[in-house]
Amino acid sequence: MNKTVNQKAWFFVLPVLLLVAFNAIVPLMTVVNYSVQETFGDNVFFWSGISWFEQVLKSSRFHEALGRQLFFTFTILAIEVPLGVIIALAMPRKGPWVSVCLVLMAMPLLIPWNVVGAMWNIFGLPEIGLLGKTLNTLGFDYNYTRQPGAAWFTLILMDVWHWTSLVVLLAYAGLVSIPDAYYQAAKIDGASSWSIFRYIQLPKMKRVLTIAILLRFMDSFNIYTEPSVLTGGGPGNSTTLLSIDLVKIALGQFDLGPAAAMSLIYFLVILLMSWIFYTVMTRNEDQ
Amino acid sequence: MAKITLSHLKHSYYPNPTKSEDWALKELNLEWDDGGAYALLGPSGCGKTTLLNIISGLLIPSHGNVIFDEEDVTDLPPEERHIAQVFQFPVVYDTMTVYDNLAFPLRNRGIDEETVKSRVTEIAEMTDLTAMLDRRASGLTADGKQKISLGRGLVRNDVNAILFDEPLTVIDPHLKFQLRSKLKELHQRIQNTMIYVTHDQTEALTFADKVVVMNVGEVVQIGTPEELFETPQHTFVGHFIGSPGMNVLPCEIKNGAAFLNGSKITTTNKAPKDIKKAEIGVRPEYVTFSDKGIDADIVKVSDAGRFNIVDTMCAGQSVKLLVQEGASIPTGSAKLAFAPNSTRIYSDGWLVGEGGAK
Amino acid sequence: MKRASWLIPTIYIIFLMLPIYWLVSMSFKTTNEILGSFTLWPQNFTLDNYRVIFTDPSWYMGYVNSIIYVCINTVLSVSVALPAAYAFSRYRFLGDKHLFFWLLTNRMAPAAVFALPFFQLYSAIGIFDTHLAVALAHTLFNIPLAVWILEGFMSGVPKQLDETAYVDGYSFPAFFIKIFIPTIAAGIGVAAFFCFMFSWVELLLAKTLTAVAAKPIAATMTKTASSSGYELGLLAAAGTLTIIPGAIVIYFVRNYIAKGFALGRV
Repeated sequence: MNKTVNQKAWFFVLPVLLLVAFNAIVPLMTVVNYSVQETFGDNVFFWSGISWFEQVLKSSRFHEALGRQLFFTFTILAIEVPLGVIIALAMPRKGPWVSVCLVLMAMPLLIPWNVVGAMWNIFGLPEIGLLGKTLNTLGFDYNYTRQPGAAWFTLILMDVWHWTSLVVLLAYAGLVSIPDAYYQAAKIDGASSWSIFRYIQLPKMKRVLTIAILLRFMDSFNIYTEPSVLTGGGPGNSTTLLSIDLVKIALGQFDLGPAAAMSLIYFLVILLMSWIFYTVMTRNEDQ
Repeated sequence: MAKITLSHLKHSYYPNPTKSEDWALKELNLEWDDGGAYALLGPSGCGKTTLLNIISGLLIPSHGNVIFDEEDVTDLPPEERHIAQVFQFPVVYDTMTVYDNLAFPLRNRGIDEETVKSRVTEIAEMTDLTAMLDRRASGLTADGKQKISLGRGLVRNDVNAILFDEPLTVIDPHLKFQLRSKLKELHQRIQNTMIYVTHDQTEALTFADKVVVMNVGEVVQIGTPEELFETPQHTFVGHFIGSPGMNVLPCEIKNGAAFLNGSKITTTNKAPKDIKKAEIGVRPEYVTFSDKGIDADIVKVSDAGRFNIVDTMCAGQSVKLLVQEGASIPTGSAKLAFAPNSTRIYSDGWLVGEGGAK
Repeated sequence: MKRASWLIPTIYIIFLMLPIYWLVSMSFKTTNEILGSFTLWPQNFTLDNYRVIFTDPSWYMGYVNSIIYVCINTVLSVSVALPAAYAFSRYRFLGDKHLFFWLLTNRMAPAAVFALPFFQLYSAIGIFDTHLAVALAHTLFNIPLAVWILEGFMSGVPKQLDETAYVDGYSFPAFFIKIFIPTIAAGIGVAAFFCFMFSWVELLLAKTLTAVAAKPIAATMTKTASSSGYELGLLAAAGTLTIIPGAIVIYFVRNYIAKGFALGRV
């Protein structure tokens, strides 16, 4: 669409700008402020330069949390995106079952995050949870409060349960927008199911899949409530992701300097990685 | 290439059709000669796309058979019928180059790259796509994309027929003419059976050797453009083809002859004795002002370039006539004459009597 | 392959429903039954857990608080996002692209990063522990999303609509309210749905910014679970009740879900 140049449009944007700026810039400045100062209590602050940043970047605690975070994010992306696409492909395109499928699949997305955590916490309990009891009955030694492996398994299963539907719904939206003529043309051209997927469905889903991957990336990187309720970062520190670690430092230990420095690094990592994802995925679009 | 025969074909989208409206396609028998250029012409919803999809195999008819040459293909899927189809909205594989798009049907059939290359080069030249072979197909304009769709059909050697489903809908007006002549040229060059679905009479009449006119799921007439114009078998054809369409005037029948407002009208055909009510059909081209004839009042004269369209009221009914530019047009009241050789009697829409067999 | 394809969604939906079923069934069990034995469905069906929630203000006020701030947030986010989305979809202006991108970066901000600064900021201006505080904090995430969704829907409306209205003598506000907003009603519904969804499910900020007066149900749950022992039945009942508003909202927007998730511009 041709847009006209109109500087007065700024007035339309102004309310949004003021609200978001108030909410984003003031707190961000607070964080920046803390990140370069040292305090010994009583609201007395000293300039400390970039020492907090150095400390965080060098600390093995941060490295480990970041490593766990990356492992978590890439694992759930590797499961949820293909799984979501497969489910979307298998869903009916027309008829009464479409609404039923969509409503049921959207359910996990609207459950408060701590309830999701609590639900899985109960579901996985070895003695009284359906999942825990079933696994143990089948002969697996499963106890997510004691075994790091079981904790990770539960954490990832929970996230797959919670968020795969988002990918399904996005991919499905992309699929139903493909006109019938494409499928008809492909049939006439003698294309195999794989070719139809590769040359018609995948390209048409590309935009929504980009959105899905970006959203899942950002949200999984920011995840706090569900794992905190499910495992509290344990056993030990085995499932302590970045946000959990950050809240432990900031609200638990009140180490504001390192927490602030870590916040900024954390935020920058997300921005940087989102930008890389976005550039890589939309690279060919303009050609 | 093949002769296509449709025998006792009927189709309904309902599982148990009862009323006549339930049928998207009423029973029809048709033969399409090998190498002919045909058009399926009719208004939206007349069943022409249904018929096309039955031929291509995208739709299995509820009754009847589709026969290519001697082989019954009714239950064969599209890919085994060896047909090509160009759709209303251009279908290209966005991520591929133009070359890969054209090569796609061949590669799907496991043809070696050398043959693919020579075929694609040849077809690209025919469809004026040579210069764009390396471009991404998504970047082309609508007419370029339609050429690719067409090219994907032409590239195969085994094609029995090429079907077009209103292929010019999304093409800019000034390019429509170009693409239409290209199609005509290609038909003459490769002599393949082509079936062209459209609701635009100009497209149908200029493209096809034979036009099949359809209305509400029924074939009303099959004929050359000239036949459709000169001897419409149905008032629908008379009205749908020609601009302005044929005048259709309710009349009285006495002893097989037509009377309009009491005066006898000479017609080429005679009505059966048992008919009391019927219509007279005469094209505006064959109505003239004369000294003797039927009284009419002139309502409006509109200039249509090389001729004028004159609207008159004749015994309470509207009659249009075409008058060459420069010819004098009376004002107020006048008398009209209908050319006897081109004036016919229709009953229930259909041409009646001798020379008007349904 | 084709005939068995219904299996995949079916299995997936069963997988989705199992934990929910477990939660709901547990909410109808007595504490003794939960801890004492493993039962697939309630043997001694009880509504006690729900009775506690509906008679104790510290429980049911949690729902009221959540619903209040979710509604404030949804109305606030959508109403400021509407004109902004209109500007982005119709006009070019200095810095428009950068502004749009900057808005979206806020959607990426980790809530954990903002929790403490928000606490300090809202305490300083005296709105700590009010519904407004949570609603305001959530706008940081919801406004960018609402602008994005609405911009997508608005770009799908031809500009001729605006021009025709002006030719017909509508002033801009009259056109915007009487013609444009009804035209993109579906988009507004979808945007509101997403705002509602995020604000309803988020806990970290909601918990940090409230103490007593505006405490959300989700926070009430965590506190009860830890302070008064492990009352799993009560926890399950409270959890079950938090699923209901979401389910109602999904039911209403079911026909727009697919379109909404494509953010209006597939």
